[in-house]
Amino acid sequence: MVADTANTLPIENEPTPSIPEAGSQEAAINIDRDKGNFFYNTTYAYDAGVGLSEATVHYITDVKKEDEWIRNFRLKALDVFHSKPMPTHWASKDLENIDFSKIRYYLSQGQKPSRTWEEVPDDIKRTFERLGIPEQERKFLAGVEAQFDSEAAYSKMKDSLSKEGVIFVGSTEGLMEHADIFRPYFGKIIPTGDNKFSALNSAVFSGGSFIYIPKGVKVKQPLQAYFRINAENFGQFERTLIIADEGAEVTYMEGCTAPKFETSTLHSAVVELVALKGAKIQYITVQNWSDNVFNLVTKRGLAEEEAEIKWIDCNIGSRLTMKYPGVILKGRKARGEVLSIALANNGQHQDTGAKMIHMADETTSNIISKSISIGKGRATYRGLVHIPKHLKGCKNNTECDALLINTDSRTDTYPAIDVRGAANQVQHEASVSKVSADQIFYMQQRGLSETEAMSLSVNGFVNDLTRQFPMEYSVELKRLIDLQMEGSVG
Amino acid sequence: MTAALDIRNLCVSIGDKPILQDFCLVVPKGEVHALMGPNGTGKSTLAKALAGHPDYTITGGEVYVDGENIVGLEPDVIAKKGLFMAFQYPSEIAGVSIANFIRAAVQARLPEGATFSATGYYKDLYAQMDLLKMDRSFTSRSINEGFSGGEKKRCEILQMLMLKPTYAIMDETDSGLDIDALRIVSEGVNRMRGPQMGALVITHYQRLLDYIVPDKVHVMAGGKIVKTGDKSLALELEAKGYDWLSTPLEAVTA
Repeated sequence: MVADTANTLPIENEPTPSIPEAGSQEAAINIDRDKGNFFYNTTYAYDAGVGLSEATVHYITDVKKEDEWIRNFRLKALDVFHSKPMPTHWASKDLENIDFSKIRYYLSQGQKPSRTWEEVPDDIKRTFERLGIPEQERKFLAGVEAQFDSEAAYSKMKDSLSKEGVIFVGSTEGLMEHADIFRPYFGKIIPTGDNKFSALNSAVFSGGSFIYIPKGVKVKQPLQAYFRINAENFGQFERTLIIADEGAEVTYMEGCTAPKFETSTLHSAVVELVALKGAKIQYITVQNWSDNVFNLVTKRGLAEEEAEIKWIDCNIGSRLTMKYPGVILKGRKARGEVLSIALANNGQHQDTGAKMIHMADETTSNIISKSISIGKGRATYRGLVHIPKHLKGCKNNTECDALLINTDSRTDTYPAIDVRGAANQVQHEASVSKVSADQIFYMQQRGLSETEAMSLSVNGFVNDLTRQFPMEYSVELKRLIDLQMEGSVG
Repeated sequence: MTAALDIRNLCVSIGDKPILQDFCLVVPKGEVHALMGPNGTGKSTLAKALAGHPDYTITGGEVYVDGENIVGLEPDVIAKKGLFMAFQYPSEIAGVSIANFIRAAVQARLPEGATFSATGYYKDLYAQMDLLKMDRSFTSRSINEGFSGGEKKRCEILQMLMLKPTYAIMDETDSGLDIDALRIVSEGVNRMRGPQMGALVITHYQRLLDYIVPDKVHVMAGGKIVKTGDKSLALELEAKGYDWLSTPLEAVTA
């Protein structure tokens, strides 16, 4: 049973919300089987109220004490957002069910990100402890940022990395304190007007990670961000920009959860990656949203000469996910890769894919997409590969495989491959397979329960892909798949 | 408690069509029985119904495994009670390696609180594979995917050796096997023979019974057992053909 947070929240409906003083903190515990499906009641000191207007944008900018250029960037983006229609001519009509006037766009306790877990407010700390973040940090991470609703509650990087000049901060801090580094690329890979939701994010963004890896620095352990939605009727709009300077290397991992509320929650992030000459960026997402979350995210990277950008994208949960990570292959011999897994359970729609824009000779791209549809779950793949005629020696490989579990499932593939010129190679393979009743019976005859049998088939289906993931994440992914299967039988 | 696989008056239908009527058979623990008969007499139906296949509806009767009625239980529960079925057409499962599949099946059988020993498991697995003359590289191949007929059957026997059932039902394990494969598969079965296991070997042909010598032979026709004898019955059938039984069969079913 989920308690009503609204009782303890200072919701304001007037068009010009004021900035209140930091309030007291209350907490209550709610336990459910799902790892992410719990929340502690929280009193927010800063709340932009319900609905979206210019006042909302001013409120956010004021709370964050941002420079005027950021305020203007946001206001302009809000206009773009209002001017763009919902893309329902090609995307799901379910988008129309998002009521922008009922969402809260900014909630925080007014916390500055703490450098130690001891300093993190108790209710927030308990949340992250329960999600296992401090434990993972001790085990294998070089740095962690933990965002709770609109702002990071914790941010810490190993001292050795700061000494090497690595920057790992939130979006506002990045734009204000390291403007020379981040401002030239901010909003350039994904312009405000790229789509309706990138415009929305540009208007109300808060939190996220701004990362700079200096020339030649190879960060051995991953940096991780954890995005947690705690409040009901809330929109989380983190903004991430990662710049790997020449020859630098970094792996960034993000995890996401939210408790299950009756009403819908919106998560709309913008993630921009820049890999300068010879740099390597690996960006890993394992999202486990509850099935009331609209997850509408824009992710794109720019790869200069001989640079490499790899997106590993695992989409589990959510009501509707629309996400098509892309790479613009700008420099000669740049490489782009998208490895994605989408699992659509009953009542969920995973609309995912990849974009590869080849802009230089000898650029190569690889897309492997695997989707699993269970029950009434629906998976859609949309791909875009663009190789113009004047280029030589470009290669793309696209594989998309769908697995259907039971006859109600639906899967659609929309590959758009625009490859011109004879000097380029492209390869495309697609397959659809089913877990048959006979396969399940065979496995059950060996002593596996129906759930275990389905988990095993799904894990087998994604196995050749997950083998390429860092070990900690394949283990986590397998656990999430097992959890999803438990709920889908019977 | 009777240490036996005891089938009493079993009635099985597929959809509305009755296949088995009041079928009775007892395989005591420690014995190997052969079940023979022409195509379409219900031999495979019997095997799948015993294993709890959802398409085979049991409309009457009981099946006791060491005194416990298993009718109506889930297939995995039946399997864990000690009943193993070697499939005539084993399913292919992409991406699931033999090692991981058998491991999951072994782990599913662990009593609560017991810990799984990976070293012990692989030691056992490799020993059984050596016996079946299976190359070590087999462990990383996906279950039955792209296997030849002989490889599939060897893989079934490997699973049986690893899971150590109390009763094994072998559904036409000899079909599609050349003589060498037949010998290897039979050695695997014979290795399991002993006071701790009973087996029901379903086959068309007598030649398998040269290698797995049965304690009893049952002949099935029209959904019932029409004749039971010792191993010489199989030879007699081989010499005279199933038609030899058609007269008494009509007499019995009439």
